Amino acid sequence: MDPAHTLATFGKPWNGQLGGHSVTSGPTPTGELNTIPRLLARNASVYGDKPAYREKEFGIWQSWNWKQVADEINALALGLLDMGLAEGDHVAIIGRNRPYFYWAMVAVQSCGAVPVPLYRDAVAEEMAYVLDHCSARFVIAEDQEQVDKVLEVQESLNMLEQVIYLDPRGMRKYDRTKLHDYKEVQAKGRASGLQAELDARLATQDFDTTCVMLYTSGTTGRPKGVVLSNRNIVKSGQAASEFDNLNVDDRVLAYLPMAWVGDFIFTVGQGYWTGFCVACPESPETMQADLREIGPTYFFAPPRYFEGLLTNVMIRMEDASPMKQRMFKKYMDFAREVGPKLLDGKPVTFGERMKYALGNILVYGPLKNTLGLSRTRVGYTAGEAIGPEIFDFYRSLGINLKQLYGQTEASVFVTVQPDGEVRADTVGVPAPGVELKISETGEVFYRSPGAFVEYYKNPESTADTKDPEGWVATGDAGFIEKDSGHLRIIDRAKDVGKMADGSMFAPKYVENKLKFYPNILEAVVFGNNREKCCAFINIDLSSVGNWAERNNIAYSSYQELAGHPQVLATVQEHVEAVNKSVAEDEMLSGCQVHRFCILHKQLDADDGELTRTQKVRRRIIEDKFKDIIDALYDGSEKISTETEVTYEDGRKGSIKATLELRDAKVFPTAAQRIAAE
Amino acid sequence: MTMAETYQTPDGRTIGGQVMEMKNITLRFGGVKAITDISFDIREGEIRAIIGPNGAGKSSMLNVMNGFYHPQEGEVWFHGKKRGPMKPHQIAKQGIARTFQNIALFSGMSTLDNIMTGRLTHMKTGILKQAMWWGPAEKEETENREVVEKVIDFLEIQSIRKTPVGRLPYGLQKRVELGRALAAEPKLLLLDEPMAGMNVEEKEDMSRFILDVNDEFGTTIALIEHDMGVVMDIADRVVVMDYGKKIGDGSPDEVRNNQDVIDAYLGVAHD
Repeated sequence: MDPAHTLATFGKPWNGQLGGHSVTSGPTPTGELNTIPRLLARNASVYGDKPAYREKEFGIWQSWNWKQVADEINALALGLLDMGLAEGDHVAIIGRNRPYFYWAMVAVQSCGAVPVPLYRDAVAEEMAYVLDHCSARFVIAEDQEQVDKVLEVQESLNMLEQVIYLDPRGMRKYDRTKLHDYKEVQAKGRASGLQAELDARLATQDFDTTCVMLYTSGTTGRPKGVVLSNRNIVKSGQAASEFDNLNVDDRVLAYLPMAWVGDFIFTVGQGYWTGFCVACPESPETMQADLREIGPTYFFAPPRYFEGLLTNVMIRMEDASPMKQRMFKKYMDFAREVGPKLLDGKPVTFGERMKYALGNILVYGPLKNTLGLSRTRVGYTAGEAIGPEIFDFYRSLGINLKQLYGQTEASVFVTVQPDGEVRADTVGVPAPGVELKISETGEVFYRSPGAFVEYYKNPESTADTKDPEGWVATGDAGFIEKDSGHLRIIDRAKDVGKMADGSMFAPKYVENKLKFYPNILEAVVFGNNREKCCAFINIDLSSVGNWAERNNIAYSSYQELAGHPQVLATVQEHVEAVNKSVAEDEMLSGCQVHRFCILHKQLDADDGELTRTQKVRRRIIEDKFKDIIDALYDGSEKISTETEVTYEDGRKGSIKATLELRDAKVFPTAAQRIAAE
Repeated sequence: MTMAETYQTPDGRTIGGQVMEMKNITLRFGGVKAITDISFDIREGEIRAIIGPNGAGKSSMLNVMNGFYHPQEGEVWFHGKKRGPMKPHQIAKQGIARTFQNIALFSGMSTLDNIMTGRLTHMKTGILKQAMWWGPAEKEETENREVVEKVIDFLEIQSIRKTPVGRLPYGLQKRVELGRALAAEPKLLLLDEPMAGMNVEEKEDMSRFILDVNDEFGTTIALIEHDMGVVMDIADRVVVMDYGKKIGDGSPDEVRNNQDVIDAYLGVAHD
């Protein structure tokens, strides 16, 4: 390594001159910090000795400071130039969260090419589609597993030329003509003498240069390549960092898929803007232990993660000594009242404060430490609805967990919850710089600096999603609360219908509320073009079964338990509680469930009632159980029915049952109440 | 074959000269003959399998190889020298490590500590210095820990580093045991049924690790295995035993077509 040479661009002290653009003095010359490589250069000179990346390897946290990172990236960029990477090329990056791949993305950007991170668990055919679609000439892959997939599809790809791998294990006998070791590429780069060309390429980049291309996961149809410019990433990173006062001393754990926009924004967008430290776990399985060791100050996880964590806590508490259990229960009950108030800065009495402080020593502190969230100043969850109990649990512990609403096309941020205005049922106010509007059909549109450039090689989809004025359709239906200005997401726009009286019908909104009850596994609400809503319920056999066991209620099958009068009564209570909360929304009060029944069988993907990803197939269920739906609407109290089922071995059989159909109490809306009085 | 000879495997590896040679081994327990006059060799860098039906004497053979049993007749040659009567720990010091058919780990200790015990033969400082964490002992432990961490990384068991092995599922315990043997950096690795009681996925993983050990570190491996599919896939040469006698020896293909072997596995009437 020749430091004097490799540091020619990146290592020299910040002098306000970068890539030919002159910069006026000032602590953050935002005018010119318009690309990720320029942010890197700024960080290397301003925060040179601060840790930029950490990774646990061989049981020890290895770290790299910004100077070293700049040097590594520069070397890799030179190596890529040496291999013939051209401006505008696409480079696929396939690997788990490791510093080397984050560097690879910036190295590719430095060369004027476009990094395309892919999901590492994608199967070969999926990978082939994306590699072909973006005509990647270079692939940077993690290990033998990924290289094998790439080689498998290489035949069918005309463009693919070179594969760079990080971990050589198992590939001793592979043909080396197209395979290159990551570190050798860097070594060749250092010796290449192409610094001047790299500098020239860096100089031509600006806000409009493509920063990254991310493929949407594509639940419907083929994945689409979302092109995000430096403007999108840098501006979003800046706005979001300022929104939550993130600074160079923060730290995050990078454990979500690199191909996901959130990971890119948090680790690269915000990471490079603020210069904070990104830590990578030792392996995906050690994430929880590594989280605890790193203690991130800024943390993102999908609701699923928080749910799983809470379940673990509850299971382990059940095994704890009675003394600990009592203490946990007492203080958690107290925390649920006081914790969120403290976080939101609402008035709390001195006594309560003291009791909370004591609880913090005895319960909350140790628990947060176990969860690895002791230091978390800002936590976010997004992606789907989170159960209010789960949300409140973390907030009552004093963890500032908030929700945001975003998508790949927006460079994540559409709305975020500001501190002090956090609720489980909203997704917050428009993020800085974002404009929001709701169309007549209820669909949410936004316009923001983070709004994507285009879908790669797909002008029709681009035109469908983004209008000439820059408004982007989210595909989600929602509304803005009048009083608070918060956005609430109801459902996918295409699933939202109308009731017979013209009011909005949002089945998923009600179903989600029902499913937050542990006893209810699945719910299907009907009511499109009808006067009233009715619902099918599936009980959760493990949860209700557990309850039955504790109460000495014998049952032999799902069907029998589902028909038990006490179960029906419990579910009825849940439905009525949901109705009450639905009634509070003027727009959605029509979606209250008037009648329901507990189905005699569990909805199953084998019977075509659910998709393989466990999503309800509304239309098929509507056809299949037409007799029950008719009975729900004609007011009968019982119905005998017979349903065909497919067993796991493929044989078919049928279930006969007599179902009890129940009425649920509905509630008037606030306006109706006032009118009545 | 003579000692200098080398041969080429179908996948292009070059197998070197003899590492170990068993000459006319006979082992008796009282009046029972466990092994009768068996000879074969193991060559540098190869994966050598010993197969045979239950009670054929495979594990006894492995115990002879690592010096746990002393044969009444015959000679064991290791690296060109005839081996005298030695204790198993002395043989371990010569560079032979093994795993056991029934897992023999310290179940109350963590994965890390268990694998660390594999470094025992490489430790020179005394117990007192080690207990005091003093002087050369500290340096030595750091060096040994580095080797152990590389093994942990190699076997992808980082997530169970601190877990007591008693709490691990069977397949993982087997992997830890392999780790302990690897930590000794052996020249010859003996594996006694590394895949016994595993499901298909675990077997695939274990096969992968065995091949990778051989490929990455060039370790010579002798293994006993019941699963014929696995043996035929990963072994370079196979010794087949039945009732304490050698009934076949050669490449997997040769062995597969050997009539005696077919009889032993499918069963024929014994006179």
